[in-house]
Amino acid sequence: MIPPSFEYHRPSSVEEAVGLLSSLGSEAKILAGGHSLLPMMKLRFAEPEHLVDINRIPELKGVRVIGDDIVIGAMTSESAVITDPVLNAKVPLLPEAAKNIADPQVRNRGTIGGDIAHGDPANDHPALALACDAIMTIVGPNATRQVPASEFFLGTYWTALEETDILTEITVKAFPQGAGYAYKKLKRKTGDWATAACAVVVALSGDSVSHIRITLTNLGPTALRAHDAESILMGKSINDDLIRQAAAKAMEICDPAEDLRGDAEYKTAMAGQMVQRAINEALAKAS
Amino acid sequence: MAKQIVKMNLNGQEIEQLVDSRTLLVHFLREQMNLTGAHIGCETSQCGVCTVDIDGESVKACTHLAVQCDGCEVKTVEGLAEGGVLHAVQEAFYEEHGLQCGYCTPGMLMTSYRFLQDNPNPTEDEIRIGLSGNLCRCTGYQNIVKAVKSAAVKLQQKESATA
Repeated sequence: MIPPSFEYHRPSSVEEAVGLLSSLGSEAKILAGGHSLLPMMKLRFAEPEHLVDINRIPELKGVRVIGDDIVIGAMTSESAVITDPVLNAKVPLLPEAAKNIADPQVRNRGTIGGDIAHGDPANDHPALALACDAIMTIVGPNATRQVPASEFFLGTYWTALEETDILTEITVKAFPQGAGYAYKKLKRKTGDWATAACAVVVALSGDSVSHIRITLTNLGPTALRAHDAESILMGKSINDDLIRQAAAKAMEICDPAEDLRGDAEYKTAMAGQMVQRAINEALAKAS
Repeated sequence: MAKQIVKMNLNGQEIEQLVDSRTLLVHFLREQMNLTGAHIGCETSQCGVCTVDIDGESVKACTHLAVQCDGCEVKTVEGLAEGGVLHAVQEAFYEEHGLQCGYCTPGMLMTSYRFLQDNPNPTEDEIRIGLSGNLCRCTGYQNIVKAVKSAAVKLQQKESATA
């Protein structure tokens, strides 16, 4: 399978890349890791006339700490996310979850920004971004703006990005001291997308929950945040009954598409299981 | 239309080629450079038979454009042996019967070659995770894992002999 013909462009700065996108218009697509776009091009689901390869823009790679902010360049590979010392120390959910994405070779090419910008509800980083209250930095032709993850994912393959925008950075804060975290992903095999997955971040004050995020992957048209499930646990001392109630609440917002991984009923049931497992594992890690 | 000059270091040789921008790396290697070691399997970055090394990382060449390799160092299975002597990884696959039909072998070798540089003394679990992007449809995984273990020992012995 060979992709359709296109003109290849390789800008060396964000400014140059945005300029190219503006002048080429809607026939241009950004090439990040390419592990979603190139397969879509082979199948003619995407037929861009221009590819703007942003792999050689150094400022888009790596993790920086700026005050309280942890700034992750959008072109940081999944492999780099897994090994990054700052992320492992301060936002360990991201490296732990990234180990469950695709396989080693794909993780060398796939990027956190590409995973988020693609808008695919099956991708893992959208739910992780919601769980980490991430802020997306978007550079357009006229301005740079910041959009919280909660306002970024608008629908399947639909995000806050305009055609001439580039997602440049994902900014997160360090987890609260002693926070527990987990990403439980049910998948059929290595490299598969989630049948159902759940991210949890929880912090305790004494015995009671002082901070909690419960987010879901591949269980609706976008990644989902289970606000009502969080409310059941917030401020409480968690027990098994509350965990079951929270899982039931999370299942209420699930609207998964039926596919070879299962029908909606099965996937929703598995969502409930992933929520329970993720809460239990996160609690076990919290101190 | 859409052709570009691409320069790269391919298996230690500087090359310069005119490449259509839509040409995938695996097709460039096989059809333009006559290096048929990297195989074409699933073409959807699942199976790993097309794995090559680009600038020190294992990459699936079916999901990478040849033009993206401009200025890069690319190594294929043809570049593993040096001076007619098999690389320790190749030797170990031969000795441990780490192949049956052989179709997945170039990818297994290239992934193992890089994996053992990143993790010279791996556990069995780490080997299985490291090779999880490569499928063997003969299901000969047991001997492949043995071969990688054996290659790790060979490489360490080589290292201590030259140290």
